[in-house]
Amino acid sequence: MPPIFGVLFDGVAYGTLLFLLSVGLSVTLGMMNFINLAHCSFAMLGGYVTVTLMNGLGWAFFATLPAAFIAAAAASVGLERVFFRRFYNASDLEQCLLTIGIVFVSIAAAAYIYGTDQQPVQLPAFLRGSIQFAGLNFAAYRLFLIAVAVLITVVLVATLETTRFGAQVRAAVNNQRMARGLGIDVDTLFAITFALGSGLAGLGGALAIDLVGLDPSFAFTYLIYVLIVVSVGGLGSIGGSFAAAMLLGVGDIAGKYYVPAIGSILIYLVMTVLITLRPTGIFGRR
Amino acid sequence: MTGATIAEPREYLQAQMRWRWGEIAFWLATLLPFVITPDYLLLASQIAIAGLFVLSLDLILGFAGIVSLGHAAYFGIGAYTAGLLSKWGWGEPLSGLLLAACAAGAFGYLTSFIISRFRHLPLIMITLGIGLLLQEAANSASWLTGGFDGLQGIHTWPIAGRFRFDLYGYAAYAYALTVLFVIFLGARLLIHSPFGLALRGIRDNSLRMRAIGAPTHAHIRTIFTIAAMFAGIAGAILAQTTETVSLEVLGFQRSADVLVMLILGGTGRLYGGLLGAIVYMVARDQFSGLNPQYWYFWIGLLLIAVVVIVPNGLLGGLSLLTRRARAAPP
Repeated sequence: MPPIFGVLFDGVAYGTLLFLLSVGLSVTLGMMNFINLAHCSFAMLGGYVTVTLMNGLGWAFFATLPAAFIAAAAASVGLERVFFRRFYNASDLEQCLLTIGIVFVSIAAAAYIYGTDQQPVQLPAFLRGSIQFAGLNFAAYRLFLIAVAVLITVVLVATLETTRFGAQVRAAVNNQRMARGLGIDVDTLFAITFALGSGLAGLGGALAIDLVGLDPSFAFTYLIYVLIVVSVGGLGSIGGSFAAAMLLGVGDIAGKYYVPAIGSILIYLVMTVLITLRPTGIFGRR
Repeated sequence: MTGATIAEPREYLQAQMRWRWGEIAFWLATLLPFVITPDYLLLASQIAIAGLFVLSLDLILGFAGIVSLGHAAYFGIGAYTAGLLSKWGWGEPLSGLLLAACAAGAFGYLTSFIISRFRHLPLIMITLGIGLLLQEAANSASWLTGGFDGLQGIHTWPIAGRFRFDLYGYAAYAYALTVLFVIFLGARLLIHSPFGLALRGIRDNSLRMRAIGAPTHAHIRTIFTIAAMFAGIAGAILAQTTETVSLEVLGFQRSADVLVMLILGGTGRLYGGLLGAIVYMVARDQFSGLNPQYWYFWIGLLLIAVVVIVPNGLLGGLSLLTRRARAAPP
């Protein structure tokens, strides 16, 4: 495979993963302005659920994916009821500290239960090889990942644009107080959106294992990438998140491939400059 | 404007400036480690360094309301400046401190132009980005910083040509404590000045401050530069007393740790951060047998507990209790 094409393909696959991980945070942040740094802890939970079900109970890979989604969604609802709910009107510092505390606890808990090693995952046979097309080699798993992300994006956009629920979510993101004034039950709406977003992160965490690995530091390493996607893409914007995730995915892979010496510097530099120039993100309205 | 209206705020500030018995007792107690626990002087010097770093964060977070997730950047610049100076053959500690403060302050001044324009999530992301950027840059520039192996070959000359840094940490603690005290005095003067009042005004309502004509951006730039200098001095003391600098001085972990210490003690009170640094560092020393990952479990729980139960930190909770006790009928 010619390098430029391979880099692009890997970058897009990586970008779709980042998109899955971050889209939920983008919407919930846009709606409630709640800075949830524990978002990737839910993703990590999804990953560990998949690993446990596959290696411990012998489930098939595909059967574990819904379980990862549900586990992360359920955990997020529990935390939302107990903690987050009280902090919607708190300062951003308090929100940061509360959720960083949860990140620390989740990392320690994961290390205690699973140890600090990378977790192995055995993919079904047809996802392991690669597919020949037009003289090019495509890794099957990456194609699968891209397909899943495209599917989810289509479902998300369709839900947001055409259903009553989607209209309410958009209204709440645009102007929370106004939406309340119109009689929309923003709290319930938010709880549902929060659960869905965290569930998607859990799914992303499960799908991420084969691509980037899974260890307790996941909750932290990918938090930074997710925050970059969310703040560069613009809060509450699915299209923006998608574009930012692709940019970051391709940029990161290309940077590490072509200029390994300055690798991540480039990403952080671009992010800082972008946010400085456009604090609401590329596609942000607010 | 009549004289009386001008005199009132002056009197208020002067009343704030008066030393209280508790404060004098606190600073006298900082001398106790020399007598009671001479085996722990190295830890005590680490606490003093952490205290200085927390003080620097308190100036911007507690008094001006600027949340920073990348404050280790300025600490690290100070540490590397002092370390490199010493490696290149100039190990005189006091001038090293001064140059480290200048380097960190210069970077703080440059970045303050960006910092002062933002609030909320963009601010958090930008401070985080600057911190990460600097750490990656230091990692890449291994010809200068030694990369992952850290900076080797630092040798600090005796202070004022007489007091050699010993193995037991007598000189290290005396040195760190003296610098901390001097800078604390400076910070105390600063926050009880009209400028300090203006900062608190910006923290509480920056829109209104702008409306009454206060140059909020310029104020934030000033305090951020000062805080960066203090952080740089803290970093420099660490480099000089331990005679080593590793990439960890720039790490996110350090930025998070200092935030935890400040929140634990209570923001916007100067002593809150110092108390937080003492509690945090002593606890970490006691639990050092623990795997660091399990240590973070307790730190995480502590953070959640502090935010949920005592949002104003230990000192805030304490002053609330005393006020309640006073208000309660006898």
